Amino acid sequence: MTTDILTVTNLKKYFVIGHSGILKRKPITVKAVDGVSFTVKEGETFGLVGESGSGKSTVAYTTIGMYRPTAGNISFRGQNLFEGNRTRPLALKKEIQIVFQDPGSSLNPRRNIRQILELPLRIHRPGDNRLEEIVRLLEMVELPPDYMHKYPQMLGGGEKQMVAIARALATEPSFIILDEPTSALDVSIQAKIINLLIRLQDEFHLSYLFITHDLSLMRNVASRVAIMYLGKICEVAEAAEFFRNPYHPYTQMLLSAIPVVSEEEEKLKPKKIISTGEIPSPVNIPSGCSFHLRCPKKMDICSEVDPVMVEVEEGHTVRCHLYGQP
Amino acid sequence: MNTATLQAQDSAGLSAGTPLLLEIKDLYVHFDVYGGTLKVLDGVNFTVRSGEKVGLVGETGCGKTTTMKAILRILPMPPARIPGGEIYFKGQDILKMGEADLRRVRSEGISMIFQDPTAALNPVFTIGQQLEAVVKYSLEGKKLSRREIRERAIIPLREVALPDPERMLDSYPIQLSGGMRQRVCIAMALVASRELLIADEPGTSLDVTIQDQILRLLHRLVEEKNVSVILITHTLGVVRETTDRVYVMYAGNMVEAADTRELFARPMHPYTRGLMDAVPRLTGGGIAGGIRGRIPDYLDPPPGCRFHPRCDHAMDICRQEKPPFYRLSDNHEVACFLYRDGG
Ligand SMILES: Nc1ncnc2c1ncn2[C@@H]1O[C@H](COP(=O)(O)OP(=O)(O)OP(=O)(O)O)[C@@H](O)[C@H]1O
Ligand SMILES: Nc1ncnc2c1ncn2[C@@H]1O[C@H](COP(=O)(O)OP(=O)(O)OP(=O)(O)O)[C@@H](O)[C@H]1O
Ligand code: SF4
Ligand SMILES: [Mg+2]
Ligand SMILES: [Mg+2]
Repeated sequence: MTTDILTVTNLKKYFVIGHSGILKRKPITVKAVDGVSFTVKEGETFGLVGESGSGKSTVAYTTIGMYRPTAGNISFRGQNLFEGNRTRPLALKKEIQIVFQDPGSSLNPRRNIRQILELPLRIHRPGDNRLEEIVRLLEMVELPPDYMHKYPQMLGGGEKQMVAIARALATEPSFIILDEPTSALDVSIQAKIINLLIRLQDEFHLSYLFITHDLSLMRNVASRVAIMYLGKICEVAEAAEFFRNPYHPYTQMLLSAIPVVSEEEEKLKPKKIISTGEIPSPVNIPSGCSFHLRCPKKMDICSEVDPVMVEVEEGHTVRCHLYGQP
Repeated sequence: MNTATLQAQDSAGLSAGTPLLLEIKDLYVHFDVYGGTLKVLDGVNFTVRSGEKVGLVGETGCGKTTTMKAILRILPMPPARIPGGEIYFKGQDILKMGEADLRRVRSEGISMIFQDPTAALNPVFTIGQQLEAVVKYSLEGKKLSRREIRERAIIPLREVALPDPERMLDSYPIQLSGGMRQRVCIAMALVASRELLIADEPGTSLDVTIQDQILRLLHRLVEEKNVSVILITHTLGVVRETTDRVYVMYAGNMVEAADTRELFARPMHPYTRGLMDAVPRLTGGGIAGGIRGRIPDYLDPPPGCRFHPRCDHAMDICRQEKPPFYRLSDNHEVACFLYRDGG
């Protein structure tokens, strides 16, 4: 039986970005994440897909503790990550690590690779022989040991991302968030990094929360996929099922727009649904289903009532009025 | 100079008859750095016709952005140096232009969407301030009220499908998500529409529906305003769906050039094939391992075909001589000795 490692329940994260009104007292709020629930199982790769600004990184940053949720809750192996007002205990910080979207800005340019890898070791594994461990970490990500003397700006984008992965591995975590780890890289390096991540996952029994907007990549790495739209999840399914049988109109729109490189793939895509309409903002979320302004299948009820998640098939849930709302 | 008088006559003779807008001939770019000279561009040939959408692909560090910066003459000199080559824009060699002509090319002829949106935006000014500056610049002396300028600045933000453009105008770059910043940069390039738009990785962090919307916007620009586009991206699927012709670049050389359909149906160069194999497929089946080895050190690039140390088909001649372009058909050329006796 597989157990759950991370459970996110009705997570909300709002940012106040300014004030309006004559007295400037009415807060203007961005609802970056607005009621998100999902679970990640031990040892799996859970994919989170969604358009730019849909709140994926905000989910990631809240999970590692950079933000406190506005509401809702995240638990890790049954333990609440935001208990009371305390900062997160070291033992928990060690378990959950992140690899950021932009390999360039996530590494301190004034530290060499040795110092970058030393920091988490010093904090989380004070007893261990650091030099030996740094060499081992570099080896894990297939970089030669003399790289420890280099500075980030001397490395290519792919190599920087390898260092970021090594840094995440330094604490011996069980859960790693990968926030678009390859979106800034070319396909050849992407292939190398993805293969590396898959090997590490097998070797250390890691669980991944994998964020990307590349659905073809998602098809090949994730076991289950959730689609986010404007701070909410609209569909969750197993990866293969998801591509075979998409239910939500937004998912169908996404799949139909995937740029592919061959005729065989072209045949797998749903008929092209042209995306039109203005993209609503998380400051001013439309009433009812937040996708109704762009939805080709919109009904009257859609602009009034926000649909709830329903299970349409085992392990396949959708939030849309087309599918038997309770 | 009148473009119509310039008939296409590049080596490939591809769809001859359409006027050439840009023609790069045998371009070399070197960087003088501590420890020696990086010999990056190694005889690049590249053409764009008017109204044409040309794709440029290749691994990180192969010289795509360097080539584009050479066109706009914005390479930092030093360390950069151009030991040889010509870059004709509407028949005039950009490399020989004086300041005044050059300024005209940059303000009226060519615009560029830069790869790194964080670097292209100034963190201490709001998006509105930066966009309004571009609007003012493009007015060339015409006077507009502040409100009119602001209204003009909002239009391109709408066109790139940014949610509430009003909020965007008053935001600082740090308050936007990565993909939003990128769209702001695209909006800026659209404010002044030119004859040639260079898009260096536009939309890499966008989801496919918005990417699609932006690519359709580029498409419309081409159709309505006859703008030519050079599209640089790591997403090969986007190249397949939006361009007319593609160049594949490796380590400072163009190694293959073909009509887009032809290239994706029949990739010939071992490097192109390696790139195609690394693309994740919607059909599933896992991810190939990528091309073995890495891009060469430009201080001491390999002799002969620069790809030979990574190539599974390398022969003796590959280690000694640089392969010329072999023409496989009217619309397909490849620089590889495997094809010296034709396809
Ligand atoms: N610190 C912040 N202050 C104010 N607004 C924020 C902040 N961080 C994010 N936002 C807003 O929250 C929304 C979600 O942003 P987030 O970065 O989570 O999106 P994303 O899905 O990761 O997008 P991308 O694919 O572009 O990285 C956006 O509208 C963004 O402008
Ligand atoms: N100012 C510079 N000084 C020294 N070397 C440089 C400079 N600019 C570029 N280079 C070198 O030129 C080579 C080509 O870089 P370029 O940015 O053109 O690659 P690219 O094909 O655009 O890659 P990417 O896909 O990562 O954007 C790289 O090895 C780079 O290190
Ligand atoms: S010229 Fe030789 S080394 Fe270069 S790609 Fe062709 S076969 Fe390989
Ligand atoms: Mg993000
Ligand atoms: Mg570049």
